Amino acid sequence: MEIAPATVRGVLASLRADHGYRALMSVHGVDYYPQEPRLGVHYELLDMERVDRLTVKLRVPLAEPSVESVTPDWPTADHQEREVYDMFGVIFEGHPDLRRILMPEDYEGHPQRRDFPIGGEPVLFTHNDATSPGWTR
Amino acid sequence: MMSVVAARVDIARFGWEAFRASPRQADLLILSGRVSIKMAPVVRRIYDQMLEPKWAIAMGACSSSMGVFNNYAIVPADKFMPIDVHVPGCPPRPEALMHGILKLRKMIQDDPDMGWRERYDAEGTEEVLEGAEPAGA
Repeated sequence: MEIAPATVRGVLASLRADHGYRALMSVHGVDYYPQEPRLGVHYELLDMERVDRLTVKLRVPLAEPSVESVTPDWPTADHQEREVYDMFGVIFEGHPDLRRILMPEDYEGHPQRRDFPIGGEPVLFTHNDATSPGWTR
Repeated sequence: MMSVVAARVDIARFGWEAFRASPRQADLLILSGRVSIKMAPVVRRIYDQMLEPKWAIAMGACSSSMGVFNNYAIVPADKFMPIDVHVPGCPPRPEALMHGILKLRKMIQDDPDMGWRERYDAEGTEEVLEGAEPAGA
């Protein structure tokens, strides 16, 4: 189901209270690059009694990538929202400790966006071994 | 690496089966697996804590060149620490690791200090206790 970004905490709370989706399994980030609004956040909810899963999706534009954090209600979202922030740059308002979790703290850029280069090193062969940067070169 | 200490390919023949938990008691660091950007200073610190003479083997394709994971998150071992022998493979066969260790042994037998300090431009990095004289100076 698709919702507006401003309503996420209320919607998740009502899904837990009225419909029985008591477990937040994961929070995902998505980059819909050519389409606007570009960044998305998906919340996977699980109803353990009926074994029913539900995905709550929302989209935010890159210019204003802020979503209210659901961490006060769902503590599992703490690390997961940090990962979405690290990889996509979605800023979660009200998150107790929003910093990078996978990349180094001073890393620049958000790697899982579609316009971020894959990176890596050129493949080392004997012919380019002497010119590739290393500990001594 | 576990089968290198097992029965078929047996490094206990040479007396090398003692894997130590502390870098202070080790002579050889076998860096197996991929090193992320966040982990590289930690590995470097462990290598620095080893006492001389010390050697390092980069085991596997991911630590020498980037291997399968040629992306933004990991760094080849050559960029942050001196490596003496690279063992390719994903994963390396136990015989390949054994060959790498024996090759290192031959390199050490031929030239005991292996020109370490000239190769890595590390002159002046000998640790000298107060009152003692630097070795070979």
